[in-house]
Amino acid sequence: MTGNGSDSVTANVLEIEGVTLCPGEGSGPPLFLAQPLSFWGGADRSTGMIIDTHHPQHGALLGGTVLMMDASRGSSSSSSVLAEQLRAGVGPAAIVLTARDAIVALGVLAATELYGNTTPVVLLSAMDAAILRNSLPHGPEVPSPGPARVTVTAHADGSAVVVLQLQTPRQGQS
Amino acid sequence: MLDGRLGPGTAMAMRMVVALAKVLDADRLIPVHNAHIDSCLYHGQAGLDFAQKLVDLGARVAVPTTLNVSSLDLMHPGLIRLPPEEAVPARALMDAYRALGARATWTCAPYQTLERPTLGEDIAWAESNAIVFANSVLGARTERYGDFIDICAAITGRVPHAGLHLSELRVPTLEIDCSELSPQLLGHEAGWAALGGVIGRIAGSRIPLLTGIDPALIDEDKLKAFGATAASSGGLALFHVAGFTPEARAAGWNSAPEREIITAAMVRGIRDELTTAGPSDALDTVALGTPHFSLSEFGKLAALVGVQPSFAKSCTVWISTSREVLGQAKEAGQAQLAQARGARIVVDTCTYVTPILGPEERSVMTPSGKWAWYAPMNLGVEVIFGTLEECVASAVAGKVVRHDWQWE
Repeated sequence: MTGNGSDSVTANVLEIEGVTLCPGEGSGPPLFLAQPLSFWGGADRSTGMIIDTHHPQHGALLGGTVLMMDASRGSSSSSSVLAEQLRAGVGPAAIVLTARDAIVALGVLAATELYGNTTPVVLLSAMDAAILRNSLPHGPEVPSPGPARVTVTAHADGSAVVVLQLQTPRQGQS
Repeated sequence: MLDGRLGPGTAMAMRMVVALAKVLDADRLIPVHNAHIDSCLYHGQAGLDFAQKLVDLGARVAVPTTLNVSSLDLMHPGLIRLPPEEAVPARALMDAYRALGARATWTCAPYQTLERPTLGEDIAWAESNAIVFANSVLGARTERYGDFIDICAAITGRVPHAGLHLSELRVPTLEIDCSELSPQLLGHEAGWAALGGVIGRIAGSRIPLLTGIDPALIDEDKLKAFGATAASSGGLALFHVAGFTPEARAAGWNSAPEREIITAAMVRGIRDELTTAGPSDALDTVALGTPHFSLSEFGKLAALVGVQPSFAKSCTVWISTSREVLGQAKEAGQAQLAQARGARIVVDTCTYVTPILGPEERSVMTPSGKWAWYAPMNLGVEVIFGTLEECVASAVAGKVVRHDWQWE
């Protein structure tokens, strides 16, 4: 059998429980950052592009991604830049961290207070984050907009779940 | 406060503080004595919407509150080349924070003249260099507060009981042995800034304790340079210096569970990494005062230019400082001395956060690790990182002059 979109299947390959830092729900292709990012000075507020020339993923776009990193870095102005990206629609769809990063959370909380933004922020253990990272199809260093998709659901009661879906070629066809 | 009995603006601020307490897994809220606000620098519509909403809901600060730099120099408005679509909302943002009751201080270094919190005092400060200075050099206690929460803490007078407010999270966990570094390398701010770049990279989430440094070599300008660069390169919010900083002295700390030895080659490595210009590039500009130039730095500059001819016409020397320090430097005659040699002084803002440099100013020398870290990204300029002495000699010569002995 041939045809557009019908020769692959989507499967949930991984489901990881986390802790809600900011409640909400969002999904998109995963963007794993190999190094911490300073949103201020490091990411453009109107395009969501990583502009930090020191950063290995310089040029990547944050918009609509499930952004995965340990924590942010540098200036305390980063909250404003993240809130502005969320207002402008070029911010991440969800954020997955391994540290309780107040600067990231506050950018999201402000966007929630002002604009009803629903981007979740979820805390994973370092081990769970490593499992998630190592399950990405193109390896941890490369953004994978293709077949992988992550859905993040963070409930107000504190429980959260991160689901990795992979599209795989349909087997058994000839 | 949450129920709106103190007004809807205070309720909105308290919702943010309580949400942050959940993020940080804090058991309760604690009072703070003062606040320093960084949200007054314009980063887009969201920041203005937030401040304006608090104003519209009738909020006022409950504790003494200072304001960080903005993107405008209100005393010398002609210096800023900001387009109207940026300048108008930037000015509206400044007005909103004044309407909330904060003082029009417009400096990233409130600790130099305005607000000197004391050992053990809980405060709510934003701006990474101010945070690390207050925690480390003054021994006050602030978490790494960012935009939005700074003003919410000022309005509610409360912060979550978490992070660097807790004594157990302030204990040094990484000894930084500096005994191999020479007095001449530790004799200037740029050396300390580069050392901060090294430590910011290696510390991670650990609290560093610097050891093996003669206290006679240390002053607040050097610790300011160290902290600002370490906060830029790695997010450092607290460090200790054995035998010098107040908590290290009070507790008698002189070692930590883990240890790293720092070499001069590591410090020079940061100097070279922060230098993006090629060796043959012309020198257009020298940028001083990031974080804001102190009175003692004006004195150091005056001593250096006192024996030199004027700066080369082809090289503009910019000094960023606060209104208070500029007033003191004028009283001392040091600001006029620098201006007579050709220096230009900007207040309320900083040369790396807003367009001040002209389009012809492409190659910039600075002793500031923080300026060197951010300016290539913010302004698209090439940087030469060097000592204040190297900067002055270069500004006079109109080309880069190196004093290699200062880096040995």
